[in-house]
Amino acid sequence: MYKFLTGFMFWISVSIFFIGLFVRFILYFKGLDWRLDRVAYKAYPFYGIKGALKSVFKWMIPFLTHGWRQQSFMTIAFFAFHIGAVIVPFFGLAHNIFIRSKICISLPFTLNQLTTDILSWLVIIGAVMLTIRRLVLPQAKILTKKSDYFILFLSVAPFITGLCARYEVGNYLFWLYFHIICGEALLIAAPFTKLSHFVLFFASRIQLGMDYGIKRGGMKSKRGINW
Amino acid sequence: MCSGKLCSKEPVKTKEQLRTLLKDTSGKLYYKQMQDLEVDTDLLWKTIRTTLKSRIKTWLEICSRCGMCAESCFFYLANDKDPTQVPSYKIQSTLGEIVRRKGKVDNAFMRTTMDVAWGKCTCCNRCAMYCPNGIDTGAMFSYLRGLLYLQGFVPWEMKIGAGMHRIYYAQMDVTDEEFIETFEWIAEEYEEDYPNLKIPVDVKNADILYTINAREVKHYPEDLAYAAILFHLAGENWTVTSKGWEETSLAMFAGDWEACKIQVKQVYEAMERLKPKRMIGTECGHAHRATVIEGPYWMGRKDGKPPVESIHYVEWIAEALRTGKLKINPEKRIKTPVTIQDSCNYVRNGGLKDITREIIGYMVEPGYFVDMEPNGENNFCCGGGGGFNGIGLYRDWRNKGFTIKRDQIIKTGAKLVLTPCHNCWDAIRDIEEVFKMGINWSFLKPLLVNMVEIPESMKPAS
Ligand code: HEM
Ligand code: SF4
Ligand code: SF4
Ligand code: SF4
Repeated sequence: MYKFLTGFMFWISVSIFFIGLFVRFILYFKGLDWRLDRVAYKAYPFYGIKGALKSVFKWMIPFLTHGWRQQSFMTIAFFAFHIGAVIVPFFGLAHNIFIRSKICISLPFTLNQLTTDILSWLVIIGAVMLTIRRLVLPQAKILTKKSDYFILFLSVAPFITGLCARYEVGNYLFWLYFHIICGEALLIAAPFTKLSHFVLFFASRIQLGMDYGIKRGGMKSKRGINW
Repeated sequence: MCSGKLCSKEPVKTKEQLRTLLKDTSGKLYYKQMQDLEVDTDLLWKTIRTTLKSRIKTWLEICSRCGMCAESCFFYLANDKDPTQVPSYKIQSTLGEIVRRKGKVDNAFMRTTMDVAWGKCTCCNRCAMYCPNGIDTGAMFSYLRGLLYLQGFVPWEMKIGAGMHRIYYAQMDVTDEEFIETFEWIAEEYEEDYPNLKIPVDVKNADILYTINAREVKHYPEDLAYAAILFHLAGENWTVTSKGWEETSLAMFAGDWEACKIQVKQVYEAMERLKPKRMIGTECGHAHRATVIEGPYWMGRKDGKPPVESIHYVEWIAEALRTGKLKINPEKRIKTPVTIQDSCNYVRNGGLKDITREIIGYMVEPGYFVDMEPNGENNFCCGGGGGFNGIGLYRDWRNKGFTIKRDQIIKTGAKLVLTPCHNCWDAIRDIEEVFKMGINWSFLKPLLVNMVEIPESMKPAS
């Protein structure tokens, strides 16, 4: 069982994840059309890149944009959830050892156990906050579909089960297998659901950044659009 | 009703059609006929398949349905945080639904969609600044308007406006002759005060080609005179064109992309014929958006720029004051509390917020200018953008939406609102009409004309 999950299924899910997301990213940019989108993407590389970088990076820092500042609860929930969700799978202690065993590459640094635990807990707390938000705020409630809860659940499940295994709640092997299955399900689902935002977030922000950088004022105002 | 149907998928292409449509007061019959208008679902789906690409497809798909865009939309705030006014909800329940159903929607659906596309969004693009995923709902609504226009589901005034551009190459029934005659006549009226005030028509290789908003010809000819006076006093080598003088585009608000092209082509041809160094457009936001920002793409210009460098009137004012071409008499600077309406079209979508602040530095006595909160690219729409001002059907919705701008203005304590944008000017006027706050509003030209010093050599002989 362990062998199947960490062998065949591991390679399948990782391949689907990376190839799928890579394809989606490439297809996005191939599908951009300067005439339909009305942005001269290629004519002004300097302004395009400048706008794109700003559009991506400003949104990756808590409270740096007007949007984040306007919604502090959301910002805290979002970053609590995402910092761990992005970092732990790569740099979490157990994962790092596992990755080394698989591809013989050791990632540049490893989080110690305490940090891994804290980040994982933050993911869960963040997810609870995001869920509460959806249940309580009318502006989020009206948009929410069942699938949004499902995706949120799919996203935290590896962290919940991971922590259960780590603390050896009941049967360690049960939680470990469960954890691996959840993680692989997440990897497989990513390219086909809104989880594709792992890459399409960047694609979309790059596009809008270029739009503002090239066409909508980026060449006119010194600081460009103030996200 | 000899010419048959008022409401159809066909654009307005003749004066006769235009006249019959205009005779149908408030579009009563037009909207009645709309209830029987068939949806060409094949055409709808085909249009979507050929024009809805990566950008919009991805926006619709990756929206995380978080609702962070809610508070950015003035409609949502003005309507007591009604969740059906959340930008994401508005676009997902209309365009999103049409895409999910592969174009198979019925007449009632299209009419509701029209109400949302023109009555619940001004395409101000503010929500795009507040969405973590970089989703520009305003841009999607503009796209949706194009789909609706092709199917004939478009507010009466928008249909007329787009038709005007197709027939008169202007947003109103102003002919080329009327434009030149009015301009020359109004300049004559002012010649006594400004000797040698002339309207140079079709001068080649001038430094400046000046383009306008047809409303100025019809309703505010003084504005034309002020423009002439300011160019005259600044000693500019300027001209107007007898063809292709209209900078605005109601066709853009209507989503009539074909008419957009027809209109802007006229202006670009004038540029190519007269070869001016620069084009300067009047104090209008959407005109600048249409002719300078979006126009090049309608015309398929790869560099995304008009044939000659084109700037907004505020850019010229700032330059003239900076270089001393125009000098303000310090005594005459504005000494009442004053604020400015930052237009979405050339501030959020054109990057000109610093330019207007520079002008204020010259025109307003220090201490009297108060910015709205928020301002610059974060400013709220005046409440009348995207054609909203002109559509009778949604008047009550518009007046409700006005409360946001009203409160912003009241908070500044200003008695004068600078509105270097025709649409914003109208909106602020109507806000005052509805809420009676006792404020004034003004373009920059009339204020400047009364403020600038007249060089000795240009003064009338007394
Ligand atoms: C590559 C880096 C990532 C970026 C830039 C990113 C960005 C975003 C953004 C901008 C949102 C919308 C705001 C929100 O609804 O919270 C979002 C939502 C979400 N992301 Fe990510 N994300 C990333 C990675 C991940 C990962 C690794 C996971 C899962 C393990 C994940 C799961 C989610 C979920 C479940 C939501 C929806 C939250 C909700 O229901 O409100 N994301 N992400
Ligand atoms: S803020 Fe963006 S991602 Fe969130 S609901 Fe609005 S459009 Fe969708
Ligand atoms: S573009 Fe402006 S009016 Fe339209 S939904 Fe967005 S914020 Fe609201
Ligand atoms: S009328 Fe003015 S404030 Fe309103 S949308 Fe247009 S430019 Fe923006």
